Amino acid sequence: MRHVLGIGDLGQERAEAILALVPRMAEVRSRSVPKVAALRGRTVAMLFLEDSTRTRLSFDAAARALSADTMTFAASTSSMKKGESLRDTVETISALGPHALVVRHRASGAPWQVAAWTGAVVVNAGDGAHEHPTQALLDAHTIRESLGTESLAGVRVGIVGDIRHSRVARSNVRLLRMLGASVVLVAPSPLQPIGVEGWGVDISTSLDDVLEDLDVLYLLRVQTERISGSAVPDSGEYSRRFGLDEGRVRRLRPDAIVMHPGPVNLGVESSVDLARLPQSVVARQVANGVPVRMAVLFDALAGVGVAMEDA
Amino acid sequence: MTLALRGGTVVTAEGEVRADVLVDGEVIVAIGASLRGDTELDATGCHVLPGFVDLHTHLREPGREEAETIATGSRAGALGGYTALVAMPNTDPAQDSVSTVEYVRAQGRAAGLVEVVPSGCITVGRKGERLAPLADLAAAGVRVFTDDGNGVQDASLMRRAMLVARDLGVVLAQHCEVSSLTNSAVMDECACSGELGLPGWPSVAEELMVQRDIDLCRETRSRIHFLHLSTARSVALVRAAKSEGLAVTAEVAPHHLLLDHERLRSFDPVFKVNPPLRSAADAAALREGLRDGTIDAVATDHAPHPAWNKEVPLDEASPGMLGLHAALGVVGAALSPSPSDIARMMSTAPARIAGVSSRHGVLPSVGGAAHVCVADLSARWIGGERPTGSRSANDPWVGVPLVGTVRHTVYGGRATVVDGEVQR
Repeated sequence: MRHVLGIGDLGQERAEAILALVPRMAEVRSRSVPKVAALRGRTVAMLFLEDSTRTRLSFDAAARALSADTMTFAASTSSMKKGESLRDTVETISALGPHALVVRHRASGAPWQVAAWTGAVVVNAGDGAHEHPTQALLDAHTIRESLGTESLAGVRVGIVGDIRHSRVARSNVRLLRMLGASVVLVAPSPLQPIGVEGWGVDISTSLDDVLEDLDVLYLLRVQTERISGSAVPDSGEYSRRFGLDEGRVRRLRPDAIVMHPGPVNLGVESSVDLARLPQSVVARQVANGVPVRMAVLFDALAGVGVAMEDA
Repeated sequence: MTLALRGGTVVTAEGEVRADVLVDGEVIVAIGASLRGDTELDATGCHVLPGFVDLHTHLREPGREEAETIATGSRAGALGGYTALVAMPNTDPAQDSVSTVEYVRAQGRAAGLVEVVPSGCITVGRKGERLAPLADLAAAGVRVFTDDGNGVQDASLMRRAMLVARDLGVVLAQHCEVSSLTNSAVMDECACSGELGLPGWPSVAEELMVQRDIDLCRETRSRIHFLHLSTARSVALVRAAKSEGLAVTAEVAPHHLLLDHERLRSFDPVFKVNPPLRSAADAAALREGLRDGTIDAVATDHAPHPAWNKEVPLDEASPGMLGLHAALGVVGAALSPSPSDIARMMSTAPARIAGVSSRHGVLPSVGGAAHVCVADLSARWIGGERPTGSRSANDPWVGVPLVGTVRHTVYGGRATVVDGEVQR
């Protein structure tokens, strides 16, 4: 099975192969009829058990651009509350015959469990605080495109925010290191993951200490209830220590870019409008989401007798 | 009717002897050569041990009969060589009243495979708010009190409970977990949990309560028993308390001796348990603690759950795993213990802690109660190969090499298990 579960499971060779497909997918998107028949006759089921509109729409657009049929099962309540186990839900949806299951779940590991209960290919659309592989792939593609370099060797990426509870951070650390970038994680200690010393990254508790070294400033979405619950007294203090503001923008290197997985909490992780900031590539990240997910779906379903040449 | 166990090695107070054992009624009437009975069981290649006593069994009845009943839990116990099970009180209703305790005991008698020894709650409904009727429960025969599943968070309440327990001559058994440190946790807090993005249960949440209760034990001059210790530091704290002469006892669960938190990399909720699987170093320290007597007993924390409470994401899954059927095999694989070590850890010590040593945990002797486990201590098997006896299937031992099988179990003179099969 060509599951896409985590960056760790994917491995460098397959990650590179997926990234190499992205320009062709982007070219499809630029056509007057932005659609090919590559996955015609394939059904992609979206199993979204955590609120997510943007990622779901992005996967849906990607599947349709490859002419796959889609169906969606969305629920934010727990399976226990519905009176059925996750396994029951997965087996029911699998009985409808999808070729791929795109899974988003609030619990770490759920896509791995799903993969054990279905005959379909499973694509992880984000699990708990664990992995979000398609986000990392689109981020890597965006960095390459924005910096105009294929190789990320020597590129310095600073990821700032609630690393501990972030699947985006975990997948990005894995992929960026795989591709040769060096990473520094910036957060107050209560928001650093346990065991982060073993991740092969640098760790800082001060954004100001590392800001001027960065080629990429990657701001994470910070959930304010996590902030008040644990790390710093309030979002104002967080913002003063770790948020992007006018002063910090001026200290960025001239060619640096600013990224964010969205949606932005204005006034928390940034008090400058990332939609207007010249260094910001946030819109490009969103746009790249579709061709990257096209590449992922094509790669995942390529083993099921579909060839790009059929397009 | 007499029953002869023939050809085994009997673990007696005087040492191991190659002998037959003759049981008449509920009593062992002879240990010697060439004893014949109306019924005869082959014990060749086996050791004849006192029936095992589990300090920590979740029988789920009343209230959670879809997971286990007293009858099915008794069956699992008999298959594991047990003749007495201390029933944990986190039933529904909780075992905080004489009527519930009497019900559990009566259901155990009706099942007839082991003695079911009900424990009682420390606080009403295990809520940690006000004391349960400890004296009434003690008068009804309860000797072990615990809010297992919850630690008693309120130090003042715990202190009063210890004073009352001292007056009554009963023991409090603490589930050590400072709950403010374990909110939503699904596994050990460690590098592995950090990598997997799973909320962690730090060791210190256990150790703080172990330390607090040792201090309260010293101050109140009462007894305390620590349930399912899981960390190296907890073992060290108990070792120090014992060397100080405090009346502290402790148990360890089989899974903490042999499994570690790396199992959670599979995301299989079968491995979610409370307290969680810890590091390999913690497991080694627990084995060492058991060998040197710091930890008195192996107690299964047998915790059955139906599939629909386990085939769910980790955050929704119920904590706990089966243990009764495999405990001997795990102890054998983890420690390579002598037969007398097994008798101590799994029978005599837990019987003493549970307050049932007048009936259980006595090495086979003429005139003694015929509660016996006949086990092949060198038999190698792979978990999953033998029946669990439980109504539930959350068995963490599937695929794990184990050493030691139960051939026969005799409870009150009656063979409850013959050649690994429950007699009912």
